[in-house]
Amino acid sequence: MSQSNATMNLTMYRISSWLKSPKPYLMFIGFGFVLSFWYFSVEVWKLPRFQDMPALTEVIEEWFSKDPYYGLSIYTPEYYKHIGISLRRIAYAFFLATALGVPLGLFLGWSQKLREYIFPLFELLRPIPVLAWVPLAIIMFSGSETPVIFLTFLASFFATTLNTMLGVESIDEEYSRAAYCLGASRWQTFVHVVVPGAMPFIFTGLQISIGVAWFSLVAGEMVSGQYGLGYIINTAYIMVQYSQIIIGMITLGLFGYITSALVRVAGDYMMQWRVRELALGGD
Amino acid sequence: MSTLEKNDSMPTMGAIRIEDVVKVYDPDGAAVMAVDHCSIDIPAGEICMIVGPSGCGKTTLLNTIAGFHGLTSGHIYLDGEILCGPGQEKAEPGSDRIVVFQNGALFPWKTNLENIAFGPMMEGKLSKDEIYEKARKMMVDAGLEGTENAYPGEVSSGLRRRVEIVRALMNEPKVLLFDEPYRALDSLTKSVMHEALLEIYYKNKVTIFFITHDLEEAIFLGHRLIIMSSRPCKPKKIVEVDIPHPRDYSVLTSPRFREIMNEAKGVVNEEARKAFEAGEKEG
Amino acid sequence: MNIKKLLGKFSGRAALRGVFAIVVFIAIWEFGARSLDLIGWRVPFVGLIPPPSSVLTTWSNLIMEPSYWQSWYMSFLRVFTGFIVAMIVGIPLGLYMAINRTFYGLAFPSFEILRPIPPLAWVPASIIFWPTQEMSIAFVTFLGAFYTIVINVLGGARSINRQYLQAAQSMGASQWDIFRRIVLPATLPSIVVGSAVGMGITWEVVVAAEMISGGGSGGGASGGLGFFIWSSYVGGSYEQIIVGMISIGIAGYFSSELLRKLGGRFTPWLKTR
Repeated sequence: MSQSNATMNLTMYRISSWLKSPKPYLMFIGFGFVLSFWYFSVEVWKLPRFQDMPALTEVIEEWFSKDPYYGLSIYTPEYYKHIGISLRRIAYAFFLATALGVPLGLFLGWSQKLREYIFPLFELLRPIPVLAWVPLAIIMFSGSETPVIFLTFLASFFATTLNTMLGVESIDEEYSRAAYCLGASRWQTFVHVVVPGAMPFIFTGLQISIGVAWFSLVAGEMVSGQYGLGYIINTAYIMVQYSQIIIGMITLGLFGYITSALVRVAGDYMMQWRVRELALGGD
Repeated sequence: MSTLEKNDSMPTMGAIRIEDVVKVYDPDGAAVMAVDHCSIDIPAGEICMIVGPSGCGKTTLLNTIAGFHGLTSGHIYLDGEILCGPGQEKAEPGSDRIVVFQNGALFPWKTNLENIAFGPMMEGKLSKDEIYEKARKMMVDAGLEGTENAYPGEVSSGLRRRVEIVRALMNEPKVLLFDEPYRALDSLTKSVMHEALLEIYYKNKVTIFFITHDLEEAIFLGHRLIIMSSRPCKPKKIVEVDIPHPRDYSVLTSPRFREIMNEAKGVVNEEARKAFEAGEKEG
Repeated sequence: MNIKKLLGKFSGRAALRGVFAIVVFIAIWEFGARSLDLIGWRVPFVGLIPPPSSVLTTWSNLIMEPSYWQSWYMSFLRVFTGFIVAMIVGIPLGLYMAINRTFYGLAFPSFEILRPIPPLAWVPASIIFWPTQEMSIAFVTFLGAFYTIVINVLGGARSINRQYLQAAQSMGASQWDIFRRIVLPATLPSIVVGSAVGMGITWEVVVAAEMISGGGSGGGASGGLGFFIWSSYVGGSYEQIIVGMISIGIAGYFSSELLRKLGGRFTPWLKTR
């Protein structure tokens, strides 16, 4: 009740002060600069390197046309099918990675013993680039969906676990000491101090994790998937439908941003105390 | 020997006896003695002020009593029972000796009321309703009515300290250990805090072990000042404060207060100078 | 780095526990991979991959082959080229954005809009644009590290305690002095962190790019560890896949460690804790 009110007011305030500053105008000037550079270099000046690049006007035409030349625009159902499939894969991978990674990270941060056992193994596997797992994933898992989801999961999992663990380690020791003084057992301290205390770090980690998930998803889709945004980009390249490449890229960027923002908002919602604290300038 | 009046209203529990305690740290192989054969006798219900330069080891002593680390040799007794000693170098933290930390350790993710109710909730002996009722009552007594549902990040530091003290008192501890709790407050807030603390003390007679480097604070609050030498710390001089309780701020300008100040100041300055010249980093 | 301390680290109880877990892991892997032969039933997933023992044998043969080390060299080359260019472009850009509000307002939103696009999505566009395959891979690699470095530099530069700047000003420092003696050193830790993370991302991208351009659109790219893995897969030598994976892991780990140590040299004040 008054919780969401506080967040609302804060958001409104932020938006209005943003509008009053030079920021939005600079932003649009910046965009304008980039877009006009693109436009001019490809279509007007026809600079040598840029000749074969898809033109801005072409891309816009394609994207918004009711009957696109190459088959994908905001009016075609296929476009949304590919988006949906990529989103679904992200969802499976991300939620699984979070469900496994957060508890593991929490325990690794909390228990010295467990960390001594597991962390070296973890650190041995982590540097292996996710893409290097592609062939192995294809061998191990049947079908075309599972390897892709596995790869995405893997990348997300490592990022989430590591960040959660670091989060637990960053909690000020005094909080657990206070809890012990007040009569809490180790387990109670874990539940009431460590878990809430690590939350801000966990959510930062989750934002990183979802970025990494998209990264791996695209790679996986480009190599071994059918459908999905990465697949579109790759196919478009092979079939010399260059404007589709750009459409795919922009869509990716858009949804990458949206999903990351969703995670951030979820974090804000779960950590009301922090939102309020930060609003008052922290202490 | 102390100026504590032996009458019926004094508690019989909470006497601390520190006997020949030594604490040696060993970071990176360089043995550092923090506490050097320290012996202090604190009768039940006394407000004992530990005064000394920064970094001299007073916090280490407090941590040993609280049970956050062990001692190297010596004994500490609480009401005649051994807290720690050879064979059991580390005491268990518990709700008979609760610490109020320098930077405050109120859980930012719980409301003030939830913080205060924390100890008994963990213990689980009373029902939730009973606990919250008691908590509300204690908040009213301490003048904190109205702030129950606020988060610590939303209120002033002075208020936070008071909530923390009430949180400690909920568990009916024998001893309260204060680690320079008012160090970060401005002097105006500090004087208000002092009077508030004394008020709380008069209602709940607990033994208070209070570390500070502020001489005025020490003389205003304490029954006795124990002035520590610079690292390694050892009691250098004991000053009795025979100004009668209950006290209020008018005490600060009384002639007796000045006399005691003079008595103590010379010694304190000498130790402070030594610490300054040794370039010790604050503990 | 004290030798005695290093040895001590490896014989403590903590190290033993770590080793124990790794040994168990390898044992399960070995058993699972051989499960068909050992117990007549193929354990799912693990049963399909080669066991560590044959991986080891293959590896010991491979280290004799120059082409194996050639792959190492190619990948390293790509990683460091892309990375260094990312540093050269990214650090000044980040610093300038931190100092100049107007430039920040102009450039940052566009930067942020482009950032969520995974570097790999740029591969086709990059191939179209750049004349050679090498340059297109280098460009994508550059992108991977670039974003991370800029974000870290920005974050570091913006969180410089205002009072450091004020202190310098009151002591009569010029703008250039302030930049060189305060902003730059204060940002160094963030640059180091950004580099270490960026290095990891660079490896990911290089491997991916090598696999994609090798496996997808006509394998012109000469080798590299990513390509090695892909061609091993295509060629059916599964043990080599795992050798490749582990090799990259080791390479990536060493690059990051190297960076961290180098960074530590430039920021000696962080060691005192």
